[in-house]
Amino acid sequence: MDLTLKIWRQAGPRDKGKLVTYQVEDISPDMSFLEMLDVLNERLNAKGEEPVAFDSDCREGICGMCGLMISGQAHGPEKTTTCQLHMRSFSDGETITIEPWRAEAFPVIRDLVVNRSAFDRIIQAGGFISVNTGSAPDAHATPVPKPNAERAFVAAECIGCGACVAACPNASGMLFMGAKVTHLSELPQGQPERMARVVSMVSTHDAEGFGGCTNIGECSKACPKGIPQDVISTLNRDLRMALSSGH
Amino acid sequence: MSARNTTIFLKLLMAVTGLFFVFYVLLHMYGNLKVLAGPEAFNGYAEHLRTFGEPMLPYGGLLWIFRILLIAALIGHVYSMAALWSRAGKARASRYAVVKTAITSTTMRWGGVFLFLFIGWHLLHFTIVKPVVNGDGPDAAALAASPYAMVVASFQLWWMVLIYLLALAALGLHLAHGVFSAQQTLGWTQTAAGHRRAKGIGHLVAAVIAVGFAIPPLAILFGLVK
Ligand code: HEM
Ligand code: FES
Repeated sequence: MDLTLKIWRQAGPRDKGKLVTYQVEDISPDMSFLEMLDVLNERLNAKGEEPVAFDSDCREGICGMCGLMISGQAHGPEKTTTCQLHMRSFSDGETITIEPWRAEAFPVIRDLVVNRSAFDRIIQAGGFISVNTGSAPDAHATPVPKPNAERAFVAAECIGCGACVAACPNASGMLFMGAKVTHLSELPQGQPERMARVVSMVSTHDAEGFGGCTNIGECSKACPKGIPQDVISTLNRDLRMALSSGH
Repeated sequence: MSARNTTIFLKLLMAVTGLFFVFYVLLHMYGNLKVLAGPEAFNGYAEHLRTFGEPMLPYGGLLWIFRILLIAALIGHVYSMAALWSRAGKARASRYAVVKTAITSTTMRWGGVFLFLFIGWHLLHFTIVKPVVNGDGPDAAALAASPYAMVVASFQLWWMVLIYLLALAALGLHLAHGVFSAQQTLGWTQTAAGHRRAKGIGHLVAAVIAVGFAIPPLAILFGLVK
């Protein structure tokens, strides 16, 4: 396949940045999107040009490190991560625009790499449960009703890639936060800190500069794990309950 | 740190005030449909709105309670809309070169601004100024005496019907998303089935209101109500 790539190049956080056009030839349709970028970078290296910086780690769709805005779609046209997207999803001769996630809360570090530490700070604010360490409790010591366990598992699929923020017209982090809150709110272990957690996480989310949610649902459509919008409903309900219990 | 200082609190404010508008608009629609039953029914209803609750309330008391609640709701709705809109602008200060996302949030915001302007016009038209828009119809004194005559004279004009139909289209779009959104914000849609139900209710409420409000003006325009 021959492709025209328009890639966002930005030397550093304070650089203005611009789209630069590259031609790549002889791309196999079986390559992943990131392998295609690896090929481009090898050729740029050979010519003595600066390679394109982008994030990745597992390349198996489980770590959440990768993430590119591909022709206006977070992680591209398929419901998967950028590392698991293959070039057969594109057509020969296509022009592909590649941009970083854009949100004030995710500042660009370089080219396509953004700083997603804001997500870590939301987790630090409440995305945990407090337990004594020591010997692990019996797996069945605390029974969990099956529907709750299943919903907690669905929410826990979130890999924190940030596609929801990238796709949201308001750059809101509510799907990510909704997944984390729902995961813990569905389980008995999450109950003691439930009210304090939601207030602390939402306050941190807002302070990090993410936008508010307008329930449009672009987040769920972009999510490689298909986290449903209804986790945001649970987040909202928890905040409403915290409000009426005086938090 | 307080639940009150969060974007979700702003959304709750938007949802509660919005649902109050929906309740009001449904009552209003019911009143408008009385045009079909003739001048006595419609004018009687308008008068009844003012005597309702007497002698516990003064003449027009309930109407004024409603007006005050509506103004308070409007302030809350517009305030939270403006706060969230400006926040969203700052949160996505750098734009994408290629955008493929839906336009619903734009529709909600600009549609809301359009509805706000329409309500201003609508209040001048039927409540505050009551101008004689139809030169062939009754004079100002006759219009002031009969809300029925005022409504019929106005909607004999095609362009007046067009203004109201445009406003209803905007209202329908606003409610199709807004009624779903309010349920989601209140945390009533925690399952896939609940999510689908909330979307269905949104579309149903929007359709009932748009069609219900459109019937009287169209009936008048086509001479079914004189
Ligand atoms: C075809 C559509 C409509 C017709 C024929 C209509 C008709 C009227 C009439 C005749 C009044 C004056 C009632 C009175 O003072 O006795 C009124 C008041 C009002 N209408 Fe409408 N209306 C329509 C649509 C709407 C819509 C879409 C909204 C906003 C959501 C709206 C909001 C109001 C408000 C806020 C008032 C003022 C109530 C008050 O006096 O406190 N109307 N309308
Ligand atoms: S690199 Fe780990 S999910 Fe893509």
